[in-house]
Amino acid sequence: MAARKSAQKSNVSAEELTKYYREMLLIRRFEEKAGQLYGMGLIGGFCHLYIGQEAVVVGLEAAAEEGDKRVTSYRDHGHMLACGMDAGGVMAELTGREGGYSKGKGGSMHMFSKEKHFYGGHGIVGAQVPLGAGLAFSDKYKGNDRVTFTYFGDGAANQGQVYETYNMAQLWDLPVVFVIENNQYAMGTSVQRSTKSPALWKRGEAYGIAGEEVDGMNVLAVKEAGERAVAHCRAGKGPYILEVKTYRYRGHSMSDPAKYRTREEVQKMREERDPIEQVREMLLTGKHATEEDLKAIDKEIKDIVNKSADFAKESPEPALEELWTDIYADDIPQKSA
Amino acid sequence: MATEILMPALSPTMEEGTLAKWLVKEGDTVNSGDILAEIETDKATMEFEAVDEGIVGKILIQEGSEGVKVNTPIAILVEEGESVEEAVASAPAAGGEAPAAEAPAEPAPTVAAAAAPAAPEVDESPDYPEGTEVVSQTVREALRDAMAEEMRGNEDVFVMGEEVAEYEGAYKITQGLLDEFGAKRVIDTPITEHGFAGIATGAAFGGLRPIVEFMTFNFAMQAIDHIINSAAKTLYMSGGQMGAPMVFRGPNGAAARVGAQHSQDYAAWYMQIPGLKVAMPYSAADAKGLLKSAIRDPNPVIFLENEILYGKSFDVPKLDDYTVPFGKAKIWRKGDDVTIVSFGIGMTYALQAADKLAEEGINAEVIDLRTLRPMDLPTVIKSVMKTNRLVTVEEGWPQGSVGSYIASEVMQQAFDYLDAPVITCTGKDVPMPYAANLEKHALITTEEVIEAVKQVTYR
Repeated sequence: MAARKSAQKSNVSAEELTKYYREMLLIRRFEEKAGQLYGMGLIGGFCHLYIGQEAVVVGLEAAAEEGDKRVTSYRDHGHMLACGMDAGGVMAELTGREGGYSKGKGGSMHMFSKEKHFYGGHGIVGAQVPLGAGLAFSDKYKGNDRVTFTYFGDGAANQGQVYETYNMAQLWDLPVVFVIENNQYAMGTSVQRSTKSPALWKRGEAYGIAGEEVDGMNVLAVKEAGERAVAHCRAGKGPYILEVKTYRYRGHSMSDPAKYRTREEVQKMREERDPIEQVREMLLTGKHATEEDLKAIDKEIKDIVNKSADFAKESPEPALEELWTDIYADDIPQKSA
Repeated sequence: MATEILMPALSPTMEEGTLAKWLVKEGDTVNSGDILAEIETDKATMEFEAVDEGIVGKILIQEGSEGVKVNTPIAILVEEGESVEEAVASAPAAGGEAPAAEAPAEPAPTVAAAAAPAAPEVDESPDYPEGTEVVSQTVREALRDAMAEEMRGNEDVFVMGEEVAEYEGAYKITQGLLDEFGAKRVIDTPITEHGFAGIATGAAFGGLRPIVEFMTFNFAMQAIDHIINSAAKTLYMSGGQMGAPMVFRGPNGAAARVGAQHSQDYAAWYMQIPGLKVAMPYSAADAKGLLKSAIRDPNPVIFLENEILYGKSFDVPKLDDYTVPFGKAKIWRKGDDVTIVSFGIGMTYALQAADKLAEEGINAEVIDLRTLRPMDLPTVIKSVMKTNRLVTVEEGWPQGSVGSYIASEVMQQAFDYLDAPVITCTGKDVPMPYAANLEKHALITTEEVIEAVKQVTYR
């Protein structure tokens, strides 16, 4: 149960590394484009970017199997792309269009895909934690060996419902991996300013839940830890906690001036720990890829992202009738409908 | 190729801002992530980062400019070797693509209350055929039977809550269920309403059919975020992909002498939420038929029971599969002089009042709404068109009550039929006191209902 130092194993294949590079780059470029579209007024409301945290979801998805579930908070674009949801459908939801995953009715913070077992996208800090345990409950009830990845931030880690959930998840041996994405700031409040017990994963010990701290800027370390967690859950041993130390480069949301940290702190992280640069470095020094190979990938990703943005702009706004659909799973009369 | 840098929107409400300061000058090379400028929004001063890399070819808006509209080109980024002139000429119309915001104007809501509307269509079919054998059962037994029958019929139905299994229910509603269905499907939880309401909602997302018992609905306030934000809204937010087919049930409203924190009627609260269905039965037959419908319903259902009614006996039809549909009121008593509308324990006062009024020659029509969402307003309107007078009865508080909603609907749909203002009888506008005499005064009484009827009938 001790916190492990990330191990940079060299027995990782070129294909694998290239896959992680591509997936992380897709998230980064997608988010940059989303930021751009927000600036242009095409995306409204709250928009929380995942830039800097890409290794977390890409590493954990590498440890997942078909049929495993995932649920997260409102900083959810990366999770959706990593589990294979279509970039165009996600971007069109951000622009509030008919072609979005929720037909434009959910927005950046509330998106779902039954097909990819992605259960949201939840806007209330911490609410996804018992929901994730409930998804795991449904799998255990049905008697299969699926696992649910339940993501939440260092901010949500202080919500009471997280600990209510820890208690029941361990009591009932629910197959849920609690992933604490510790990006060090809950909006503008640093972990140091919100708790005197900053080893968030250790809080699980009070409930008897195994866990560990993980270097969240290193995709290989995340994947290895994810595999340990998943093996624990699939073996019927109950939940597992991964506290993944990560960092978001952008503000909490698009309208956050981020005055609570220095520019230098962000720059240092970008220059020294960037998850994508680390894999790029491994690919080049390990002679797994040439600069040209990577340029080709960059271009391919740029095309996907540009296409998603074009789709998100061209997809029409939802028909006005959509205002009145999907409120009930059966048709019951609505006032003024 | 050159790129126009546009004035960004940096908050959900920003339409224009001040370009406070340029941090780059013409000729500078910028990389993605470099700060280009400081921009003052309506809320804060923000650093504006470069998305693309290139050379600052030309600054179009000087620093200090106020009121710069979002999407105005503020600078041009060129590539190495590209001149500003050709860049300006070839700059893509990257901006300008303002969102197609001009949604066609929605038709104004039709103003209701056109004079003399036709009587609405009402389903007056009986709940079960005449001559059906009935048995006398308490509401408690009826609720237990409803759950047991549905659990026999569907493996995905389970019940969870505090003391529901080994203790057999704090109010003995789950009596015998653990024995029949085992610990996998009848689950004792720790005392942790927020947590288990969330877990049950997640289980419903995952395809199960949870019944969540709250020991009382007072404790559901700890869980109300999951009931509303997670269970009621997900179907809509997911564009119809997934929802929460589940039941939240338990006793609601005042019991006896348990004071302010344990005596509260939540009917009006939950009734307001699109995405929830709300049932509040009075009789044992309705408790059974509605709970079975609730468990089968593909939506989250709030099922409001009442501790005082649990022990009351009513006739329940002896049928293998007796269900009552949502959105169909029940007329307990026909009458021509006044309409009394109630639901749940309020029916006790409504029916007692009607009996006493009949002795005085006033014939009240008494309607039990049974479900508050959907609400069978047509039955109420049709009755008011006949009686021209309406009194509503409930235990909850007056402001924003169920009765005030009914009164507003009746005013809009049947104004010309009213011969007196609608009176909404409710509990008093106070937290529930403990003292026996005060508690009695805080609750709605039969006498108050009688008095209200006399007022609207000018007797």
